[in-house]
Amino acid sequence: MQGLETFYEVMRRQGITRRSFLKYCSLTAAALGLGPEFVPQIAHAMETKPRTPVLWLHGLECTCCSESFIRSAHPLAKDVVLSMISLDYDDTLMASAGHQAEAILHEVMEKYKGNYILAVEGNPPLNEDGMFCIIGGKPFIDQLRMVAKDAKAVISWGSCASHGCVQAARPNPTRATPVHEVITDKPIIKVPGCPPIAEVMTGVITYMLTFDRIPELDRQGRPKMFYSQRIHDKCYRRPHFDAGQFVEAFDDEGARKGYCLYKVGCKGPTTYNACSTTRWNEGTSFPIQAGHGCIGCSEDGFWDKGSWYARLTDLHNAGFGIEANADKIGLTAAATVGGAVAVHAAVSALKRAQHKGDVGHQGDAK
Amino acid sequence: MSSIEHPDIGRPDEFHVDGETAGRVTAVYVYEAPVRLWHWINALSITVLAVTGYLIGSPLPTLSGEASAHYLMGTIRFLHFAAGYIFAVGFVFRIYWAFVGNHHARQLFVLPFWRRSFWAGLLGEAKWYLFLERRPKKYIGHNPLAQFAMFWAIGVGSIFMIVTGFALYSEGAGPDSWQAHLFGWVIPLLGGSMAVHTWHHLGMWAILLFVMIHIYAAVREDIMSRQSIVSTMISGVRTFKDDDPD
Repeated sequence: MQGLETFYEVMRRQGITRRSFLKYCSLTAAALGLGPEFVPQIAHAMETKPRTPVLWLHGLECTCCSESFIRSAHPLAKDVVLSMISLDYDDTLMASAGHQAEAILHEVMEKYKGNYILAVEGNPPLNEDGMFCIIGGKPFIDQLRMVAKDAKAVISWGSCASHGCVQAARPNPTRATPVHEVITDKPIIKVPGCPPIAEVMTGVITYMLTFDRIPELDRQGRPKMFYSQRIHDKCYRRPHFDAGQFVEAFDDEGARKGYCLYKVGCKGPTTYNACSTTRWNEGTSFPIQAGHGCIGCSEDGFWDKGSWYARLTDLHNAGFGIEANADKIGLTAAATVGGAVAVHAAVSALKRAQHKGDVGHQGDAK
Repeated sequence: MSSIEHPDIGRPDEFHVDGETAGRVTAVYVYEAPVRLWHWINALSITVLAVTGYLIGSPLPTLSGEASAHYLMGTIRFLHFAAGYIFAVGFVFRIYWAFVGNHHARQLFVLPFWRRSFWAGLLGEAKWYLFLERRPKKYIGHNPLAQFAMFWAIGVGSIFMIVTGFALYSEGAGPDSWQAHLFGWVIPLLGGSMAVHTWHHLGMWAILLFVMIHIYAAVREDIMSRQSIVSTMISGVRTFKDDDPD
């Protein structure tokens, strides 16, 4: 462990030129939405600050967050990023295993007590005392609580840690629980997405190291710089939405022309993420660009919100029977009320005719 | 009906309380001009909101040609937002008028839960609607059943639609907008943007059901009850068809 080595020294040791280093600083500033005057500040921080240790734990998850993270293109390449944050424990990526790996965890926790960042990928299942996820012979929930105790801050990577994701979808047999419901006494940065965008992940870490504070968070605990707008707000197909040009079915004329995917269930209008601006794999593409609607993977409970191909939420979980949505329920209720009104009007007319002659009855004693 | 000009036709010495029956009066000035104006502006804005809101949820068939040649969804959304603002401003004004207007103006916002006579009156009206009562009572303001329906559909319903509506609007206006500061908390509370859309949508259907019943009941009451209904929302004056006590 080279705890006192700065980021810059690590980069230089790995053969990064100063020129590339400064380029990296400018790109990071741009990615974080900062002006050029922040570039020297980032460079200065990188040159002088010792690397902050990051302990990366894995609970119930699929490792898609790690897969995404190692493909980060814009705070430079993956190897630099991995050296930069001094990733001291990550059971998926680290070379050591078994007792040796667990020993590092304890060593870092002691040496950097209160100064390390805990990154969590996945979440702890709470049913059966946490037996559904065992790390090093112990329930993951115990490891999570232990490491979180002395952490400076917690990063919840991905929708699993932030919201629960697929393992917490109904009926959630293992009672998979998002991190913030288990760890309540630490600042938690949620970086949802399944997986989150690589550049968003590295951007959050870079911000925290550069400015020595957690990024500004929104009401739901997500960094504002990446999660303050919906996919829809910056979608390149938005002009087709405003014009009223929609894909009515996949493979129709509209689909070939790249019209808006709203009618085939795109969740862009209800999903907060940076996909439509940052895109994926070095800015190559993102789902909507590939012709498929957004599935809303960075939104809380997206597995339980009904079909990926329907705009209206399924309400069969609310006891309205399968196939139900707001419009079907509304139309049924309107038809029922309309029918009732018609019958009531008919009976009223009959009653009125019946009592036409009665003076003082029915209120119309004309 | 000789003296409509005078705002308090009938017995000047009698203080008319909402929910109480009318007794021996033939015409009372009930709805002041601002209340009537609000009613019709509200009716119009609800119509625009329901139609445009439905079309936002289920857009019209796709248009061909260049995107730059059309702005259909943009126009529909603009109409929805404009009508929404009118609806909200009107509602805020209506609350203000409940304080400064006559006591009938307060009835929309009050549910006299603890008043026994209210529930007795509501039961009586329900019986009249179920054809179990041969003769309804005369009411100066809303009858208890109408008051109950309006309190929930228009009083509470409007607040619900305004709060969820501005919460959804704040998503486009951005996290630093006043809409987000005032109403943004609704989105995580109801379980995310998608859920708020669904609730807002269901709210529209609930209000539409009220509108159907409201229009039917108003017309029916006009024909079959003992007091005027539809014309009262135009002239402001409630007239009674008979002079019987109670």
